Amino acid sequence: MDIVVCVKRVPTSDTAVKIAADGKSFDPAGVQYELNAYDEFAIEQALQIKEKLGAGSVTVVTLGPKDAQKELRDALARGADKAVLLVTDKWVFDSWSAATVLANWIKTVPCQLVLCGRQAIDADNNQLPPRLAAMLGFGCVTEVGKLELADGVFTAERDIEGAREVVTCRTPAVISCQKGLNAPRFANLKGIMAAKKKPLDEVQAAMPEAAMVIESMSLPPARAAGRIVGNGADAVPALIAALRNEAKVL
Amino acid sequence: MSQNILVVAEVRGGAVKRPSLEAVAAATRLAARNGGKVIALAVGADLDAACATLATSGAHQVVAAESAALAKFSGDGNARVVAEQARAHGCGAVLMAHTAMGKDLLPRVAALLDTGLVSDVVDVDFANGAYTARKPVFAGKAFVQVRAARSPFVATLRPNNFEPVTGAAAPVSKVAAQAGDLMSVVKEIIAAASDKVPLQEAKVVVAGGRGLKEPQHFKLIEDLAAAFGPGVAAVGASRAVVDAGWRPHGEQVGQTGKVVAPPLYFAIGISGAIQHLAGMRTARTIVAINKDPEAPIFKVADFGIVGDAFEVVPALTEAIRQAVAAR
Repeated sequence: MDIVVCVKRVPTSDTAVKIAADGKSFDPAGVQYELNAYDEFAIEQALQIKEKLGAGSVTVVTLGPKDAQKELRDALARGADKAVLLVTDKWVFDSWSAATVLANWIKTVPCQLVLCGRQAIDADNNQLPPRLAAMLGFGCVTEVGKLELADGVFTAERDIEGAREVVTCRTPAVISCQKGLNAPRFANLKGIMAAKKKPLDEVQAAMPEAAMVIESMSLPPARAAGRIVGNGADAVPALIAALRNEAKVL
Repeated sequence: MSQNILVVAEVRGGAVKRPSLEAVAAATRLAARNGGKVIALAVGADLDAACATLATSGAHQVVAAESAALAKFSGDGNARVVAEQARAHGCGAVLMAHTAMGKDLLPRVAALLDTGLVSDVVDVDFANGAYTARKPVFAGKAFVQVRAARSPFVATLRPNNFEPVTGAAAPVSKVAAQAGDLMSVVKEIIAAASDKVPLQEAKVVVAGGRGLKEPQHFKLIEDLAAAFGPGVAAVGASRAVVDAGWRPHGEQVGQTGKVVAPPLYFAIGISGAIQHLAGMRTARTIVAINKDPEAPIFKVADFGIVGDAFEVVPALTEAIRQAVAAR
């Protein structure tokens, strides 16, 4: 099975977001980046499927800046066979544009399975995987927490509000991965050395005009400062009084 | 293109989920701005009760697209039906709630309609001939205001954010839906234990972190949650304890877990890393219990107790139990 894993380089989850001077984007000054946390489960799942089938390929692709080479090398070090960087300098928010570029590229390579993280933790758009599925004519299951493959059919489990859903999906398919699907491996030294010789191709991305245009970005209002009601178990009555009389939640 | 607005209802067990009624309410506000009609769409089988609910939800028209094959849900099958109905009614907008189903279905619909989608919307408007929406990014550390540059406008709306309305009884029509060849199909829905409140729907969230020192000490957290009575409080967890394997990832609150906004949130033994704060900072009232008076969690907490969770929480649990019993 030829597997494509879509990943994204995102600001680390401990980033304190600041707004840039244009008022429409985040200020990149001082921001550290990492592989989107959910994408780690997608990479791991791809490697496990390839290992289990004993055949096929794992290609990792990203739409992002040249610096995303670092995240792609990390994926190669974990065991992916090749990587492709669709280069764009600007932060991509619009999922229609991103899906258009990625689907067009995926159509040029052999692919029976696309794996993605359930969402990128920067834009929080939650929409790339089903979009790719529709554009490629693939089946799709999103936010998958358990996945099995037998005779070309996936059986996936996913949490919905107050219940768990069991979904079957034919291949070719797009699967978006939830935290907990597997335990992602880290790259070892051997993998890191091997990754240096694996192909990492760069292609300039032709970004279309965005379908959703950001007009402004802003920070939420700061919370008013609270107070310490006391120390230790003795403070419990004061807390109860505050919850009852001030917050009116008891 | 007409300005009709299609609202896709989530029907489970024959009933319309509340967030769908919220989405219809939001659509009626938009329709009042641009003169369009609100069409509520239910897809699947056994839709009579759902259509009766939708008929008085503020919609101008209710359409039941019936298909036995789609009784449970198919991402590709349902998307084809919704896209076809959007085209048939000349819709300038397609809305749905931002739920597990909405997140699965509407991006597919948007792709079939070759247009944009804005997700997890907290505010939406129509002005000067264009749709605009506000949504959180970075798990709510920031918000963006976006304008739709392609048509139709497609959006998923955050639950518990728009109030449902009631309206005059709208006409209900039925069409036979063409499900087509289905690639993915829901086979089974396994309900969670009935006494368990979904984290994002709980009125109270009691969350624990590394300050509890050992996984078995989460009993303190569970007891405090239980003290609020059945069906009120849910247990949450910090990323640190989920990554350590103490708690299931379904309980994780934060940027790589769930974003919650309950009326009351307890952070116990949680220092308040930025990525955790992103997931709970919009709770109405935040209580923090932590040994370290300098812990960042106290900067967002309305009320704090500096102290050892092992002493404070049992006393608090007893006090809450008494307060609840006295009501």
